Amino acid sequence: MKSLQELEQIKQKTLDSVSLRKDRAGGIRIVVGMGTCGIAAGARPVLMSFLEEVQKRNLRDVTITQTGCIGVCRLEPMVEVTRPGEEKVTYVKMTAEKAKRVISEHIVNGKIVNEYTIGAAE
Amino acid sequence: MEFYRSHVLICGGTGCHSSGSSDIREVFQTELKKNHLENEVLLVQTGCFGLCEVGPVVIVYPEGAFYSRITKEDVPRIVSEHLLKGRIVTDLLYHDSIHEDDAIKSLDEVNFYKKQKRLALRNCGVIDPEKIEEYIAFDGYKALGKVLTEMTPEETIELIKASGLRGRGGAGFPTGLKWDFTAKAKGDKKYVCCNADEGDPGAFMDRSVLEGDPHCVLEAMAIAGYAVGADQGYIYVRAEYPIAVKRLTIAIAQARQMGLLGKNIFGTNFSFDIELRLGAGAFVCGEETALLASIEGKRGEPRPRPSLPAVKGVFGKPTLLNNVETYANIPQIILNGPEWFRSIGTEKSKGTKVFALGRKIVNTGLVEVPMGTTLREIIYEIGGGIPGGKEFKAAQTGGPSGGCIPAEHLDTPIDYDSLSEIGSMMGSGGLIVMDNDNCMVDIARFFLDFTVDESCGKCPPCRIGTKRMLEILDRITKGQGEEGDIEKLETLGKNIKASALCGLGQTAPNPILSTIRYFREEYEAHIRDKKCPAGVCQALLQIVIQADLCRGCGLCVKVCPTVAISGERKSPYVIDQNKCIKCGACLEKCPFKAIVKG
Repeated sequence: MKSLQELEQIKQKTLDSVSLRKDRAGGIRIVVGMGTCGIAAGARPVLMSFLEEVQKRNLRDVTITQTGCIGVCRLEPMVEVTRPGEEKVTYVKMTAEKAKRVISEHIVNGKIVNEYTIGAAE
Repeated sequence: MEFYRSHVLICGGTGCHSSGSSDIREVFQTELKKNHLENEVLLVQTGCFGLCEVGPVVIVYPEGAFYSRITKEDVPRIVSEHLLKGRIVTDLLYHDSIHEDDAIKSLDEVNFYKKQKRLALRNCGVIDPEKIEEYIAFDGYKALGKVLTEMTPEETIELIKASGLRGRGGAGFPTGLKWDFTAKAKGDKKYVCCNADEGDPGAFMDRSVLEGDPHCVLEAMAIAGYAVGADQGYIYVRAEYPIAVKRLTIAIAQARQMGLLGKNIFGTNFSFDIELRLGAGAFVCGEETALLASIEGKRGEPRPRPSLPAVKGVFGKPTLLNNVETYANIPQIILNGPEWFRSIGTEKSKGTKVFALGRKIVNTGLVEVPMGTTLREIIYEIGGGIPGGKEFKAAQTGGPSGGCIPAEHLDTPIDYDSLSEIGSMMGSGGLIVMDNDNCMVDIARFFLDFTVDESCGKCPPCRIGTKRMLEILDRITKGQGEEGDIEKLETLGKNIKASALCGLGQTAPNPILSTIRYFREEYEAHIRDKKCPAGVCQALLQIVIQADLCRGCGLCVKVCPTVAISGERKSPYVIDQNKCIKCGACLEKCPFKAIVKG
């Protein structure tokens, strides 16, 4: 160990992975519907794609979690995104590719991908 | 580091380890593989969460779901329901960790944690103690970096002095002063040592710090080395703590590899290294001069002081010796400043103290509270009270060196000075709770039995004196007590306190003197009436059948192992006291509650 900067680098590198254990509130939440219907419709690749993107872009304060059947099974895989202080956005018929776009537009830039939302599908 | 969407924290402290947490970890591993979740979910083995009573404990993040008393059979359910499908298995959650509407409470809202303030234990149950990176992520080694690059040794000592930190090993000597003495002592070579020879029955806080957060001790020792001018450290830890030894060994190797121990740390001229010394488990080696002798490879026996270790310690060189918990506070004091530390605690005792709660208490485990918290808060609010709603009788603090605190002092704010005022002491922080089923004479005898066993034998007051006291106590509990025994115990106790060589001998009579002080009538009942009011001392106990309640069913006859019960069916039975071994089997069996201890 040669300097405080070096220590700080190690800290930042690890912090992303351990911050998950500190606070549960705050930050962006991505919830993937993983009921039987969701899994059958291909929710797992969607989930993996979210994980990959978050890791690749080194995003902080993003919680990815899953839930049971969200209710509209015909529109699975469904994903709910909640940004602090904003309305929940529900995306439907998700794919791994679509997940990447949600990350880059909605999570990073705060712009909802309207064409994937449940409102557009109905 | 990889990103995982979920972290499963499995307690790897001693308590949960013995209730099977390592098996649980293995099952988690295979189950995660089976469900192809191994790249999404991270398994972390941490140190003690503190709530050992409901172990093994597993916490799943990001939800913060607190699973308690997990068995191997529960694991597949948690994996397939919670981790795969995202449905928390509510029936396996710790009962106090969910709101009435089944929503999960954050840990600070759980009664057990609400009143706690975890400083020394801050990383226990949060980080993986075998990964230095996780310690660094929670500001680990930052204090060392700050001290080495921004502060002089004198400033460091002044900062510790200003914080008001006192030794957590028992006596409560001001830590900064100790550092100052060692820094000012003349010598070409100096040492920094850590006392991890925790020997009090029932105490396991140092063990938990070492198991859950070994790096914080290493960091603090390096800081101390810089402050006093030492380049070598020794941790004296008992070989009976295999998990602590293993994690310390890993931690030292990692710190060396990263250059946080070794030569020219943080690019400065400061070099420091640490070695482990394993103790064979003698209680006396927790005494500082005996410990230092043992580090040198000599027989662990105390020597007269002065000279103090600060002047003449290991290998005759100036040596700083602090306890594990004391060190665990140092990095945060450096980072947050002395004012922050002074704002916690009471006037003369700053900061927090870790207590190991044991015996008659609902939440057996490890708690850390600000100094000045009352015994009532610790026992009833954090500890969950006494099982079966029984009445509190006394609490023993400080192990075999401490004393009993009766119910009348439940509301005393606990710190070093208030405890010694009421005849006990802080000690290392064992807190043993007793209810009305405990006989105080028997408790005193238990602790004295321990001291007699562990006395090193070097000085006569401890070697012979405590033995004589034990003989008197033995007689009393066997119904052979005589008038004047209590006075004899008091005289012996006072003389041993005044004349024993080391701290352990000087405090050995404390459990007896304090129980006589608060429970004299119980001693008198044993001696004069030949009765044990709590019904513990077997020789003074008679188990009798109350003739008016006995229906003559004969169930007691069947369970009696010594055939001591006789009589005709449908008429009252009688116990032959000469044959009765007071096992209590009949007492439990009797459906009419006709059999009583008397």
